Amino acid sequence: MTLRTPSPPAIDRAPLRREGPAKLTGTALYTDDLVFPGAWYGQTIRSTEARARLLDVELDPAFDWSRVVVVTAADIPGPNIVNSIQDDQPILVADEIRHHAEPVALVAAPDRTLLQEAVAHVTLRTSPLQPVLDPLASGQVFAHYEIVAGDIERGFAEASLVIQGEYRVGHQEQLYIENNAMIAVPRADGGVAVHGSLQCPYYVHKALRRSLLLSDAQAQVIQAETGGGFGGKEEYPSILALHAALLARACGRPVRMIYDRHEDIAATTKRHPAIVTYRSGVSADGRLVAQDIEIVMDAGAYCTLSPVVLSRGTLHAGGPYACPNVRIRSRAVATNTPPNGAFRGFGAPQTEFAAEMQVNRIAEALSVSPRELRRRWLYRPGDTTPTGQVLRDSVAAEEVLDRAAEAAEFERVRERTAAARAGRDGGGDGGHVAHGIGLALAWHGAGFTGSGEVHLASVASVELTGDGRIVILTGSTEMGQGTKTIFPQLVAEALGVPMASVEFAPQDTALVPDSGPTVASRTAMVVGGLMIGACRRLRAVVEERSGGPFVDTYRGDARDHGATRIDEHFEPYPGVEFDDTTYRGDAYPAFGWASAIAEVDVDLDTGEVAVRSVVAADDVGRVIHPVLAEGQVEGGTLQAVGYATIEEIKLHDGRYLNDRLATYLIPTALDAPRIETILVEAPFGGVPHGAKGIGELPMDVGAPAVVAAIHDATGVWIHDLPASPERILAAIHARDGAAAAVAIDPGSLR
Amino acid sequence: MTVRFTVNDDPVELNVPGMRRLLDVLREDLGLIGTKEGCGEGECGACTVLLDGAVVDSCLVPVGQVDGHAVRTVEGLARRRPSAERPAMPDDLNVLQMAFLETGGAQCGICTPGMLMAGEAFLASGRPATDHAIREAIAGNLCRCTGYTKIIEAIALAAARRDAGATQ
Amino acid sequence: MIEPPLASPDDLAAAYRLLAEELYRPLAGGTDVLVALSGRSGPPPDRFLDLGGLDELRGITLDGDGLVFGALTTYTEIRRSPVCRDLLPAFVDAAATIGAAQIQNRGTLGGNIANASPAGDMLPVLLASDATIVAGSARGERSIPAASFWTGYRQTALARDEIVIRIRVPLVADRQVRFRKIGTRRAQAISKVVLALSWVAAAPERPWQSVRLGLGSVAERPIRAIQTEAFLEGRLPTSDTAATASVRVAAEIEPINDVRSTADYRRAVTGRVLHRLIREAGGW
Repeated sequence: MTLRTPSPPAIDRAPLRREGPAKLTGTALYTDDLVFPGAWYGQTIRSTEARARLLDVELDPAFDWSRVVVVTAADIPGPNIVNSIQDDQPILVADEIRHHAEPVALVAAPDRTLLQEAVAHVTLRTSPLQPVLDPLASGQVFAHYEIVAGDIERGFAEASLVIQGEYRVGHQEQLYIENNAMIAVPRADGGVAVHGSLQCPYYVHKALRRSLLLSDAQAQVIQAETGGGFGGKEEYPSILALHAALLARACGRPVRMIYDRHEDIAATTKRHPAIVTYRSGVSADGRLVAQDIEIVMDAGAYCTLSPVVLSRGTLHAGGPYACPNVRIRSRAVATNTPPNGAFRGFGAPQTEFAAEMQVNRIAEALSVSPRELRRRWLYRPGDTTPTGQVLRDSVAAEEVLDRAAEAAEFERVRERTAAARAGRDGGGDGGHVAHGIGLALAWHGAGFTGSGEVHLASVASVELTGDGRIVILTGSTEMGQGTKTIFPQLVAEALGVPMASVEFAPQDTALVPDSGPTVASRTAMVVGGLMIGACRRLRAVVEERSGGPFVDTYRGDARDHGATRIDEHFEPYPGVEFDDTTYRGDAYPAFGWASAIAEVDVDLDTGEVAVRSVVAADDVGRVIHPVLAEGQVEGGTLQAVGYATIEEIKLHDGRYLNDRLATYLIPTALDAPRIETILVEAPFGGVPHGAKGIGELPMDVGAPAVVAAIHDATGVWIHDLPASPERILAAIHARDGAAAAVAIDPGSLR
Repeated sequence: MTVRFTVNDDPVELNVPGMRRLLDVLREDLGLIGTKEGCGEGECGACTVLLDGAVVDSCLVPVGQVDGHAVRTVEGLARRRPSAERPAMPDDLNVLQMAFLETGGAQCGICTPGMLMAGEAFLASGRPATDHAIREAIAGNLCRCTGYTKIIEAIALAAARRDAGATQ
Repeated sequence: MIEPPLASPDDLAAAYRLLAEELYRPLAGGTDVLVALSGRSGPPPDRFLDLGGLDELRGITLDGDGLVFGALTTYTEIRRSPVCRDLLPAFVDAAATIGAAQIQNRGTLGGNIANASPAGDMLPVLLASDATIVAGSARGERSIPAASFWTGYRQTALARDEIVIRIRVPLVADRQVRFRKIGTRRAQAISKVVLALSWVAAAPERPWQSVRLGLGSVAERPIRAIQTEAFLEGRLPTSDTAATASVRVAAEIEPINDVRSTADYRRAVTGRVLHRLIREAGGW
């Protein structure tokens, strides 16, 4: 295939990435690039059992321990707790080991050789305990929800078709290419400054303050350039920062803790595995009349963010379809495996995979086009969700579906693949590579769930400095998604100044306010909205004082009046109310909508899948920067394709077996499909710029679209992710009733 | 052992263990932190540099084997090298770097130095810039942000500009 | 990282002298052995011997009725070699599936052989091609048939002072060699199954002679499927042949479950890919 002659996008619509030149010349400073003279190296001693009683951390008396420092749970000045939703996760194990690779002790040394020697002389004495590894057998529930709408029994009584399924999805590793990394530097005031790869400076700040008993000023968190996050650097960096800070405190020097890939995969959070049991009822006249859904998420050994992940998964489990009778019951349970946490999509990809599988299977059962069935059922303005939320505006399910289906020529390709499949079934030589096309549709709540944004009470600020500079002050971080480019864009537009005159203050808790975490696709929508609000106020103040347009007068205003800083505080979006206890009300201020259509080739001899193309239509509210927005869709789409096809953590006795990049595989450029992005704009009225966020949308639709395409090619449904060649071949065998160990294509046996 | 080689055309002489990884020599002994480590086992390509013009994973090359050879890193690409006093500007970038900046080929940036080196080797090979050829050229470089789409566009754009320049 | 000493001899004789004195881990392209420096998978070797300076071990040359590869021949050199593409295209196919450009530029045929991974991508092709591996030491040179070179899990027939110096592949008239690798993804993947099939037939309608079936990732070492070869010997590539051969090979191998795949899958796919190769050869 020859590429179309590329042409760069227009700069006025898509300004160049702010920190791009630094990244492209190798001068951007990531954590491991930072130099702190005299810094020591730190390492974590981790458990090697899924569950055990910790009896002792033994230091070999033959080793000279005066040259290094060792930290155990006893050395933590404050509570031995990683600050999160529940107070259950220790910074270092004090008594019971609850998962493999759990941190038990810390060692730091002036050089790496001595560090390795010291680590080799530490022994963990333990006595084994029986681990719980099966989430269905777990008696410990971190969170559970129930959403009921209508009358589920009546719904099924009305149904003439009932489709039932159990869907299992596994762990997925975020696999940012920069591993977790943190450097702690003692401060003169007895506190500590940490420089690290992280998404949420104020999460880390709070964790340090609490467990090291520090004041606001004594705990300082500075984000270094961050090489990808995807949720994997949302909550985990708190642990790593605590570890580095404890060691820095112990040795009185800067301590570097830079994970290698093995440690990063073995010890840090993954996407939650889930088991979703789903029963859908369809009336004789083709209406969706009942959905009964049960979700079990495996949280791993500690609670982390599981209640929130489960909440989002629960709220999205019905899919973007109106249904009068719904029951969704969910729980997140403990197992003795490493804790799971945030990952792009945050619970929704797991349950929406199940939802879309159901719709596609129903379409097959009814012999209706999957597109047509969705057109009948999808949410339209005025529809009510299972929590009782009335979808008033910004509802684009139909538009994303139609735009994707038209661009992909869905019906036409589907006729062709159906003909090829019929040819194979009829014994004709349909070839040993089968082509298929598949469709998925999803919704994704914009911003935090329920009253989350109210609790966060985010602040974003703009300052006109005394020397006449315009500076953005926010805790929102850049990790590749484009914060450092789109905020200056928004600010420049709101103030009517050139973008080049807008500066972006570093993400240092000593300088910037807490704008809430950089998660949940909330940055452009929520913090961007605050930023515009701050600018409007600043502009009004200056223009009132000067009597002239801001662009012409702000420098003079700064000279005359000194610095003016506007702190914009979050105010609840009008008319948006949610009851956290009953799970009734407006679960999200608005939803984003996404559709994906995948085309695949499946090798019928080997079960290998090549995803050839994905057409992705995503409603983002309002596009701020088309190039960055497309980049989000393309990257998320490939992560979803990996989730669908090859990404899988294998466990044995609670330990990840494939904790290296040679064994945990993500797609290469040769595996990646051609991705066509269609950006749809159904603006959200609650923010001045209408943006709803984008990062997570493509993650919800990629996997069900690919699995539907595999079905279209082969005729078999794969209920578990990833849809690996092993599973596909086994499903083909099972369908064909092949008794022999080797099933040969029936056509060729004749 | 004593090893002598060039990095971005500058001669280097070092007394280091021969088994020290080229990656560590670049980052720690020479301060060239543009080259990144992603996995340490030749799977991700973040540490890709050019050795006598060919892409290699610098985490898999013992510096003893670099003696007498020429290394090129991301620091050697820009038309004008940035410094602490004068940060990198778009005008400093070479054709490929500029194409990455314009098309959005760099997001988080951690795979970018290695990706650029793979792109440079591809452009230098003179192969026609087909979609498949570009994908094959960067198949040893993992990116988790972009889905590769805009990286491929960037390399194709740089190739088109190179070809246009060559015919002028 | 652990940085053990590295000796860098200038010629083969000097390398042999060092090897005669002490136990060294030979270092060619480094793509396998450098991973050991992390110490993650046990202590790394005490000392390394750099073969990179030994020009005697380079080059692809035609030698009468054989093609000779220096042990330091890289996968990139194999892919770019016109003589190899003409005479042993399966070698080019196999080399193209290894890692990606970074690995192909550094990894060597000799290294792949000496590393003795059961998943080594080139090894089934060597088995199917009746290659001979020439080992050298201060005591002299000896030729070892590929079929008896890998003796167990990561074990070879090399003595502790020996290194692989070159590989000789006979050029057999009318021999066809086909290669197929099944991995998890299209680049940078260690195989789930590697399969190389060869036969000699003067014309497509003539029965197959000298059939060889080399397999990787289905046993503790690269193997030949002797029983399946015997079944295919003297047969035509018909659908009956393919059907029976695929059942035979599945019964003959004893693959395992591991982190990359399952025994069932490996068994089934080995049979089905063999079936397909025979079908493609038969043109039906």
